[in-house]
Amino acid sequence: MMAPLFSSKLLIVLLFGTLFGLILGVLPGLGPTTGGALILPFTMTLDPLSAIVLLTSIYCAGTYGGAITAVLINTPGTPAAAATCLDGYPLAQKGEAGRALGMATVSSTVGGIFSVIVLVFFAPVLAKLAYEFGQPEYFALAIFGLTMLASIGEGSPVKNLIAGAFGILISTIGKDFMTSIDRFTYGINELSVGIGFIPVVVGLFAISEMLTQSTLLDQVFKRVALKAVKLPSLDDYKKTWKTILRSSGIGSFIGVLPAEGGTVASLIGYSEAKRFSKEPEEFGKGSIEGIVGAEAANNAATGGAMVPTLALGIPGSATTAVILTGLIIHGVRPGPDLFREQPDFLYGIFGAMLIANVLFFIFGFFGAKLFARITLVPNKILWPMIFAVSVCGTYSLSQSIIDVWIMLFFGVLGFFMRRFGFSVVPVIIGLILGELVEGTLRQSLVIFDGNWLMFLTRPIALTFFILSLIALAFPLIRSKKNKK
Amino acid sequence: MNNVQNKKRANKSLPFFFKDEFKVFFVIIFFSTILLISTFTFDKVPPILNRGIQPATFPKGLLVLIMFLTTIIYYLSFKNPWKKEKKLPKPFFLTILSFVLFVVISKTLDFFLAISVLSIFVSYNWGEKRVFYLLLVGIIFPLVVFIFFEMILGLRFPPGIITNLYYY
Repeated sequence: MMAPLFSSKLLIVLLFGTLFGLILGVLPGLGPTTGGALILPFTMTLDPLSAIVLLTSIYCAGTYGGAITAVLINTPGTPAAAATCLDGYPLAQKGEAGRALGMATVSSTVGGIFSVIVLVFFAPVLAKLAYEFGQPEYFALAIFGLTMLASIGEGSPVKNLIAGAFGILISTIGKDFMTSIDRFTYGINELSVGIGFIPVVVGLFAISEMLTQSTLLDQVFKRVALKAVKLPSLDDYKKTWKTILRSSGIGSFIGVLPAEGGTVASLIGYSEAKRFSKEPEEFGKGSIEGIVGAEAANNAATGGAMVPTLALGIPGSATTAVILTGLIIHGVRPGPDLFREQPDFLYGIFGAMLIANVLFFIFGFFGAKLFARITLVPNKILWPMIFAVSVCGTYSLSQSIIDVWIMLFFGVLGFFMRRFGFSVVPVIIGLILGELVEGTLRQSLVIFDGNWLMFLTRPIALTFFILSLIALAFPLIRSKKNKK
Repeated sequence: MNNVQNKKRANKSLPFFFKDEFKVFFVIIFFSTILLISTFTFDKVPPILNRGIQPATFPKGLLVLIMFLTTIIYYLSFKNPWKKEKKLPKPFFLTILSFVLFVVISKTLDFFLAISVLSIFVSYNWGEKRVFYLLLVGIIFPLVVFIFFEMILGLRFPPGIITNLYYY
């Protein structure tokens, strides 16, 4: 399984990806999604396996890196580490930052490795199932993915649906792939090829975050010094191993569902840890069960989110949408055929994720103090630099200045979307699924001779539609239950 | 909690067209309507070649869905008003202005110069007054990025007054 990874080049890529991912995770506002999008142009100089190994190691390490700032400055480096702040920072304030970071590191590693095992066993099974899928089934699956995103994603489900529909709408810009008729191009030649994924991702994540940071310049972080490092004791592990395993399972399952993987997983992992805890009153005051509940879950979501990405070509999270773009750019078509034709490639990815989890464990355990210092780089220096990389990275893919302007437009749009409670993640997922949704719908209608009711005669498609309805009804049921 | 309620009350006391809920509703409906109208100008596939639906049908459906869902969130906002957002600070508007400057300079003068100007402008307006750091973010770092992209990726940046000095 690891054979393709025993080359010095791939190990260097893995090492770099893990370090870069940790730095991205540590810096609030950045994260594996933005970082992956920024580094995507550089992967063009690499072979496909190295490129995807780089992206996946950034994904794994970046997800963990968010915990370091969550514990030390009470600011999650990534949204997935938000729940870690709740107990990580109070524990650090008690002078036990080392213990908090140690537990976060161990639980993240266990969660990550657990999810890779799930990926290794579950992805091929799902891929085999996908052989049964025709156009109508893929259409129903994509709709299910989008409704799940709306339903269990962060924020208002209706706003998430609007954002997802908007993402699909963006994918319709340019020449219609079936008839070559221009749509929403308004005579601008550059728009005929459509709007690229990278300008939208970099705009919605990096540039909109830059604008957000411009509104937070007066914010002062209270840093907790990491002087006397009190590491976790054997009792800590004894007390938390069940929580770690439970959260790893929850995270892997949530990760498989197309949603904001890690963020949702960590919140559920945290609340379940509290529910099962013998000391629920300690939660919010520095409970190590709270830390491991959140951290094991968000890292377990990484492997889970890779399952539909590799097996079906449907991203399980915003970062896996970037990885999916990386696969497509390098000519690798995810789906059942990938498992049959390129098993070495897949095992290379599985192995890389496994090693990345071990590497960030080592870096995290021994270098957390050093990584925490990265947050000392002031925003007034950091963000102009990120802007320079964003602009050059966006320009580089198709060498088009229009792409840079599109990036700026989506940056401003993303800022206002977030300000008014619209998540930008459904836009990304909608954009990447757009062609699949429209293509499979139109081809299905050709097969069905224009009869929409024929969708209901396909059992798998019908199952996905019913699941979509349940997903849509879920927030209503949840809000009624909460009112009671 | 009290703070949130105060904010909600503050938002409730405003005339409806000043409320965020209405502004968002109006902007989405306005642009969706314009886009929906423009879908009627798309070319049509002749019936003999048409397989399935017309190219305009799918975007039309999406726009109608967006307008419908937007009406729902506006309706829901009567029951649960959104919290009033803080006023945007001056550095935000200066950052937006820097984007405009970037577009104008990259279009008329030079791409690299546009990055430098934006970096210095943003860094200065975000509070950096030390010349060395302004030069670092405005000249040294963009130069490193430029050379890196040029050398490693073989990228050719658009011509301009400074970029031409490098290429010719």
